Amino acid sequence: MGTTADIASDADSPAYSDAPGNAGDAILQARGITKSFGHVEALRGADFSARAGEVTALIGDNGAGKSTLVKILSGVYRPNAGEIFIKGRKVSFGSPAAAHAAGVETVYQDLSVAQDLSPAANMFMGREKLLPGLLGRLGFLDNAAMRRESLVAFQRLKVSLKDMDTPIASLSGGQRQSVAICRSIMWARSVVFMDEPTAALGVVQTGRTLDLIRRIRDTGVAVVLISHNMRDVIQVADVIEVLRLGRRIARMPNAGITVQDLVGAMTGALDSETEEEVAA
Amino acid sequence: MTASATLPADPAVLAPPSLGRRLRAAATSSPAYMTAILILLLLFFTVMRPDTFASTFNLRNIFLDASVLLVISIGMTYVMIAGGFDLSVGSMLVFAGVAAAKTMEALGGDGVGTVAVGAGVALLTGLAWGLFNGFCVAKLRVSALITTLGSMGAALGMAYLITDGNDVRTVPKALIAIGTGSIAGIPALVLISGLFTVIGMVVLHLTRYGRHTFLIGSNAEASRRAGINTAGHLMSLYALSGLLAGAAAMLSLGRFATTTLEGHATDPLEAVTAVVLGGTSLYGGRGTIIGTVIGVFIPAVLANGFIIMGVQPFWQMVVIGFVVIAAVYADQIKRQSQDR
Repeated sequence: MGTTADIASDADSPAYSDAPGNAGDAILQARGITKSFGHVEALRGADFSARAGEVTALIGDNGAGKSTLVKILSGVYRPNAGEIFIKGRKVSFGSPAAAHAAGVETVYQDLSVAQDLSPAANMFMGREKLLPGLLGRLGFLDNAAMRRESLVAFQRLKVSLKDMDTPIASLSGGQRQSVAICRSIMWARSVVFMDEPTAALGVVQTGRTLDLIRRIRDTGVAVVLISHNMRDVIQVADVIEVLRLGRRIARMPNAGITVQDLVGAMTGALDSETEEEVAA
Repeated sequence: MTASATLPADPAVLAPPSLGRRLRAAATSSPAYMTAILILLLLFFTVMRPDTFASTFNLRNIFLDASVLLVISIGMTYVMIAGGFDLSVGSMLVFAGVAAAKTMEALGGDGVGTVAVGAGVALLTGLAWGLFNGFCVAKLRVSALITTLGSMGAALGMAYLITDGNDVRTVPKALIAIGTGSIAGIPALVLISGLFTVIGMVVLHLTRYGRHTFLIGSNAEASRRAGINTAGHLMSLYALSGLLAGAAAMLSLGRFATTTLEGHATDPLEAVTAVVLGGTSLYGGRGTIIGTVIGVFIPAVLANGFIIMGVQPFWQMVVIGFVVIAAVYADQIKRQSQDR
């Protein structure tokens, strides 16, 4: 996690001269992604890009292909066609673990945590730290180090847990989500996807989570926010990408945009070309 | 990717939990309650029958009776913490015992070499059944209950086929010597099962293998997303259960000098009882080996105490039956109060 801290204060995102296309500083870029499930075309040549130090909101109506796109970009699905670039290097994810290796982390809507284990055990899930020396080679865990590093990660994002040593089942829903978010930021070197992070939260907790998202952005990674809540999107996003019918139809900076504008873009009312909504 | 003290952290917060907090946490856990119950039982029977119950001879017997069940209960603990189930442990034990006894019979000889070969056969056949269970559960995704119910019948049936339904009673003298021998007053069988217990404890609670077992039982999907090979791990757990059943088969042969074809029908149920009494959750994700040890000894002490006091030993079955239900109910209440 030291790597992300190093560029925390850099306002400018690093440039990648070898990056394809003209989005020279996109840390994540996807081009022409297609994905079909049987006869259903979920994505029809979708593009996407996200820059370091920015919150990119990905919005779209139900069935627009948001979740399919996120699952492809985070290694859950393989695309039928299209290219994905991380820091200008072409990548191909066969599994979430492959995406992890490229510094791409996801905060799932269901949080993907183990309720019966401690916060530290969750932070290091699947990436446990072993003791040095022979004991480590035998598979012995370095619990003290994992606990310590988890605490540092929590403190960095100003998250204080009421208890570090009990199963996280005993934490509140908001605190459990904080654990999931801190885990992703502890490991992410390039991109964090957040799938509907505020869907299950109350007003106060939503505010806290949006603050957390800003703090994550300020550590210098690219945050991709998938949300149905347009007010959250306008509050926290730097850039908004709109997906409709499996394609990106707009990429706009979040400046002077209203909820009506976003709804219009999602439903096609703003789409000046064709594909007007057929009144039914 | 380490947080190697990039930020100065408050040492008070960073300090590991104090001894007092750990003790308090341990004292309110299910194993603690069960340990208290076990101690009360021991005290009760000791006070009622100080000469017979608390005698060295009787305590040795309790430990000896428990040693075989303890070994298969270790494997059951791992499988159940991962959210699984293994009904086939008793049949795997019988099959492995028959395979070992037949091999040793064919080899002839009463020496340690014959016993070593027999032990190898018992471990390998137990492992093979365990791998079969694991393959069906983890790769073919047949439910654990059905898979192990099936192999429970199949393994026992094959053991009967091999023996024509008659117990093999020719056990090498060296094995009987181990079964009846003791070191420093402690029966060898108890020492061996104690060794398995300690290894099981260390691996479960201190290693990555154990941690992954808990993670899979707590949230298999999250574990898979986190890059853990969940199918492979699950398969290895059933294999471990089979391997331990093979080891228990040798202990059983050493103790009884016969394959005891009829003697293990209720083993899986007794093992599940022990594991559940010890506080391992039926839903997976939580459990301890020390709890299972307590869970093995509560029924053993109760049965022994009842016999010594002249109470019909069948009462033990009645009491344990209701206690198990109460233990699971307590686990559910605990979960509900935590999962807000």
